[in-house]
Amino acid sequence: MTQASSDLHHLSVAELARRLRERKVSAVETAQHFLARVRAHEALGAFVDLNEEVTLAQARAADQALAAGTAGALAGVPMAHKDIFVTKDFVSTAGSRMLAGYHSPFDATVVSRLGQGVAGGVPGAGMVTLGKVNCDEFAMGSANENSAVAPLGHSGPAPVRNPWDNSRIPGGSSGGSAAAVAARLAPAASGTDTGGSIRQPASFCGITGIKPTYGRASRYGMIAYASSLDQAGPMARSAEDCALLLSAMCGPDLDRDSTSLDVPAEDFARSLKDSISGLRIGIPKEFFGEGLAPDVRATVDAALKEYEKLGAKLIPISLPRTELSIPVYYIIAPAEASSNLSRFDGVKFGHRAKDYTDLVDMYKKTRAQGFGDEVKRRIMIGTYVLSHGYYDAYYLQAQKIRRMIADDFQQAFKACDVIAGPVAPTVAWKIGEKADDPVANYLADIFTLPASLAGLPGMSVPAGFGAGNMPVGLQLIGNYFSEARLLNAAHQLQQATDFHLRQPEGI
Amino acid sequence: MSLTAADISRIANLARLELAPAESERMLTQINGFFDIVEQMRAVDTSGIEPLAHPVASVRDIALRLREDIASEPNQREANQRSAPAVERGLFLVPKVIE
Repeated sequence: MTQASSDLHHLSVAELARRLRERKVSAVETAQHFLARVRAHEALGAFVDLNEEVTLAQARAADQALAAGTAGALAGVPMAHKDIFVTKDFVSTAGSRMLAGYHSPFDATVVSRLGQGVAGGVPGAGMVTLGKVNCDEFAMGSANENSAVAPLGHSGPAPVRNPWDNSRIPGGSSGGSAAAVAARLAPAASGTDTGGSIRQPASFCGITGIKPTYGRASRYGMIAYASSLDQAGPMARSAEDCALLLSAMCGPDLDRDSTSLDVPAEDFARSLKDSISGLRIGIPKEFFGEGLAPDVRATVDAALKEYEKLGAKLIPISLPRTELSIPVYYIIAPAEASSNLSRFDGVKFGHRAKDYTDLVDMYKKTRAQGFGDEVKRRIMIGTYVLSHGYYDAYYLQAQKIRRMIADDFQQAFKACDVIAGPVAPTVAWKIGEKADDPVANYLADIFTLPASLAGLPGMSVPAGFGAGNMPVGLQLIGNYFSEARLLNAAHQLQQATDFHLRQPEGI
Repeated sequence: MSLTAADISRIANLARLELAPAESERMLTQINGFFDIVEQMRAVDTSGIEPLAHPVASVRDIALRLREDIASEPNQREANQRSAPAVERGLFLVPKVIE
């Protein structure tokens, strides 16, 4: 064993990849180290499945590729996948009773591209899958309190805990991903963002996460929630790590995802080191209204001051339909969800009710038993707004305002290069605090929804600490295809601050 | 606008969801609470605005692709049926639908 192996979990993805390439540490040793950490921190509830045999076999394959000089860019670096990506060798549950114990016959494109598969003729980056991490059921939720799956070491469903304060939620829906990275159980995790599900948990857990432009990352094998919004992205500790992971994740998947854009893969790390002197940062006044908690505001303001010191200019802008993004999103997303989730009928895969009188009764009982409350609510809302007589008033109207929201961003980007503001109005709340109030959860998504509806890239960057010494994220939103610039801005902040390097106590 | 218990029952049927009476009642309150925040959206003047489906279509032409209608996958019947609730001789079993 090498002398540094007890510190492996403190290393960044970039540094781990370098040590693996230089053969200072083996992929097998690295995988074993992280597996032991996952086991030791089962109480967090972050992981829902491990398959140590497969993980170690992937690690051995990575070591062989590294020895042979045929290894991918991130060979041997372990990674956890949100349990919304289907995988052959691990369960794929989407946090739902409906898919308890389900194994997919194939791997999601994102999993293949990061791992050791081949997707669209492109060999993967060679990462090792550590296991699957918890999420809200079908990615519907902002607190990770909607999972119906028992995490490792638990006999039944249990909330994922925020590593900074175990009595608080980690955010959602990619809550397991954020908690795993913050607790150093994995150097990186995949996430998906429909209305903020990468950015908000990244903010609440003090890590870095990016959602690329809609259509950059393939949705093939990503269990669908709202198809016109769902987008995959990486969650890690630094912007540099996110850039490396995003470069591996993205790229056209034209035969398998009809909304995948025919835009070539990029090296998103290419401009990390560029100066941001003269960068015009738009500050939307609607993101700093009375709904924003004073502690979050103070932390975000301090981060913006830091940007000014780095030579950036703060430009006041307006995104006048920010508040409208809540009803618009909560019409469009449930509408698409009600359609996507109609496939869960107890016929071809997943749960089937035991007792029923006929086919329709089987559907109804299967779905009643298989889906949790939040999923049922969204299916009901979606079914209603798509039903005869209501389609124009709700769904079509929401899609029209969606265009107006996207146009507002284009107007704003005439005056600025990136937009900055808070990710969420508050820090992470206590487990159970909003569990019985779905509308309160919806309202808390206000700052992440606009970029989701517009399909713009957005990220959360650790900006400091607010109430209860809980992490606060700064949201950066860029224009379409400007991920490299966003990551550059985030990286430069991380060169001037150390918030992304802080770690929770007891980890 | 307010939904009634009859609306909830009609929508649940369309969505193929069996709701217990207590669940229906809770759902009615919560969905009506939700539609309170939707009201502001209905008042927006959207005349002449095209609905947006693929978000990137707001800045460039996005044509949804069609691929050739040819089989591109090998036969995966066994793998695909491994997680099926009821299978017999390679077929998915469902309750009798034709008398």
